[in-house]
Amino acid sequence: MAKELLSGNEAIARGAWEAGITFASAYPGTPSTEILENIIRYKDDIHSQWGANEKTAMEEALGASFTGARALVAMKHVGVNVAADPLFSASYIGSTGALVIISADDPGMHSSQNEQDNRHYAVAAKLPVLEPADSQEAKDMVLEAVKISETYDTPVMIRMTTRTSHSRTVVELGERQSPPVPEYKSDFAKRNLLPGNARRRHVAVEERLKKLAVFSDGFAFNTIIKGKERVGVLASGVSYQYGREVFPDAWFLKLALPYPFPVKLFQRFAAMVDKIYVLEENDPIIETFARLALKVPAEGTAPQKEIVGKEVFPLLGELSQDVVRASLGLKDLTPRNAGEGVPGRPPSLCAGCPHTAFFYNLGILKVQSKGDIGCYTLGALRPLSAMDTCVDMGASITVQLGIEKALEKAGKSVPQVAVIGDSTFFHSGITGLIDVIYNRGQSTVAILDNSITAMTGHQENPGSGKTLLGQEARKIDILKLVRDGLGIEHAYEIDGYEVKAIRELLKREMARPEPSVIVVRRPCVLLYRKAKWSPMAVHKETCTSCKTCLRLGCPAISTDVDGKSLINASLCTGCGVCAQVCPYKAIAFVDEKGLHISSLTLESFAMGGGK
Amino acid sequence: MTTKSILICGVGGQGILTASDLLSDVLLQAGFQVKKSEVHGMSQRGGDVISTVRYGDEVFSPLPALQETDYILAFEKLEALRNIRYLSAKGIVLVNDFEWLPLPVAAGFEKYPQDIVPQLRRLAGELVLIPATRMAAELGNDKASNVVLIGLLASRMEIEEKLWLDVLRRKVPPRFLDLNLKAFDAGFRFRAGA
Repeated sequence: MAKELLSGNEAIARGAWEAGITFASAYPGTPSTEILENIIRYKDDIHSQWGANEKTAMEEALGASFTGARALVAMKHVGVNVAADPLFSASYIGSTGALVIISADDPGMHSSQNEQDNRHYAVAAKLPVLEPADSQEAKDMVLEAVKISETYDTPVMIRMTTRTSHSRTVVELGERQSPPVPEYKSDFAKRNLLPGNARRRHVAVEERLKKLAVFSDGFAFNTIIKGKERVGVLASGVSYQYGREVFPDAWFLKLALPYPFPVKLFQRFAAMVDKIYVLEENDPIIETFARLALKVPAEGTAPQKEIVGKEVFPLLGELSQDVVRASLGLKDLTPRNAGEGVPGRPPSLCAGCPHTAFFYNLGILKVQSKGDIGCYTLGALRPLSAMDTCVDMGASITVQLGIEKALEKAGKSVPQVAVIGDSTFFHSGITGLIDVIYNRGQSTVAILDNSITAMTGHQENPGSGKTLLGQEARKIDILKLVRDGLGIEHAYEIDGYEVKAIRELLKREMARPEPSVIVVRRPCVLLYRKAKWSPMAVHKETCTSCKTCLRLGCPAISTDVDGKSLINASLCTGCGVCAQVCPYKAIAFVDEKGLHISSLTLESFAMGGGK
Repeated sequence: MTTKSILICGVGGQGILTASDLLSDVLLQAGFQVKKSEVHGMSQRGGDVISTVRYGDEVFSPLPALQETDYILAFEKLEALRNIRYLSAKGIVLVNDFEWLPLPVAAGFEKYPQDIVPQLRRLAGELVLIPATRMAAELGNDKASNVVLIGLLASRMEIEEKLWLDVLRRKVPPRFLDLNLKAFDAGFRFRAGA
């Protein structure tokens, strides 16, 4: 069989194909996004789609499973919070065709607002959870998950992490199993969770867990690896790899199915060793089960075993062989040199980003917006510094309404702007906006519409006019939706590059004691950059070094040795926002003859044109 | 053999992940076990990007250890300094002689260190500075600087040149192949001071 280097996410996609999965859904979110992006490779065999959010994606996968088709749904860890409602119901309902749920956790918070450990969800929803240690296992675990799901009538979760999702390791490719032929058959007792049915389903869930615990003891991927010393390491996921680096002579119990915990297997393992290190990222889940398992008297198990877990290894962040060694006092991680204290390189809005002018205006108006999750969260960073909250998907509008109402009760008012992107608005902003209207709110809501889900790498969404598979789709027009659908009288659309007009509109709408929506429109510059646009340049004699343009935080603008502004022509997209904010008209397009400044040029720009 | 580690670092958009994919493929073809790791997600937003490759007979962790990394291939000078703590005492540092100001520096909040090269020289077993961005631009496209740097790395590793060229021919789209083969060659034959 062929071998390839695949990322964990590519391996999940390959596993889905090999396992005969025919339906896949997701909402994009780092580090899970590439799973569906790779499943499109198999579009002849697998229907795949983006949901408006993780809840809709989960329910759609559950519906597919009802027909006997094998279904997969993928999301980042915090997405499971959004999908938690159908997740818990799906556990009671079970699966007809396999239902595989991928949760991509983010220990270390490379690009997330928390580092919750979603194995807790498996325990709480009483579902088995698999934890691959590399890409080969990521693929294998999809095949195993399908088997477990159909054998035990249960959804199965696979917990990936940023490290397993985004590492490439060797994978042996296999053939596709022929998928079951779907057919919808009614099953009222299982799928209609009226309380009477749900009570009976709960009994089935508890029975199922007992059977899965027995299965876990014999599961081939829960493996004991022989060692030379009476030291043991209990590990799951990528932590196993770090353990092998640090403890070359230890016994290992590697858990690919950490829950239900294989109590008997662990007890057999414990009998071989005197001391057990437990390696897992984030919370002490297998550690807790291991400690419980040792309290139960079992044949062949010495009563006292020392377990070393989270009192030594960190709850916070990712593990690595360095972190494990440092936790045990085996390595000093203090750098032997500089490397520290070097200026950071935070991400920023791109040169030509259609969100920049909006945040610049908030700064001028001294407004701290209530923010949301997307590229535009970068508007919180200096020098724009115009967003003081970012809670979760959709929370900009709702948090703001709460602030407004609490202040209103005390007879106070503060000008408020909520900022949300197009994809996030479709995801869960729209319900918040309904709350604003229904509860007589006065908020100004800015929807920064760049017609794509940009932060996660440009995925299509209900406003972009294309499906995941690239088919034409009806474009949902946000302005029409809020004005004609929700009946918001004061709803406006404006070009993201029109600096002054945005400011005037913001001022007017913030002052209005009624709800209003400003749709700031302009497609993402990374996708729609016009190659022919000329870069901007600074007229040195006119530039007074006032640094107004630097307040845009545009990566193309810096200063030269004389303190005059300098535009990097290879980064500049010619958006013209800096030319509009320059109080001295010192910035303009460059023409073929060099620098060219004219009022005509500047005006043609404000109209949204180029050269 | 014991496991070896290579760290590739730079700024989002410089072609770091493509370079580490190429490298991983070559190592796989050379018969090693290979694991590659990367941190991205914000990579198109001007943030720093790291990709690491480990290879040997049996590789466990995809991550290199601090002070134990054999090669650092830096696409930008400041990023070399940021990651130098990974380098082993005899490690080799290959640096693109190229500065890309981080936004806080461009906006005047922070200063770009002026003593990067002396610091690197003090800490590296071998340091090579290469004007890869300029060399690639002279070949027709500065975006090929990643392949110039891969060529330089190849000249310091014991893997036959043919394997690198085979992987390039297989992986690079036909219309960019000629440029990339030239870029690789320029890096591979680069002599400091030449």
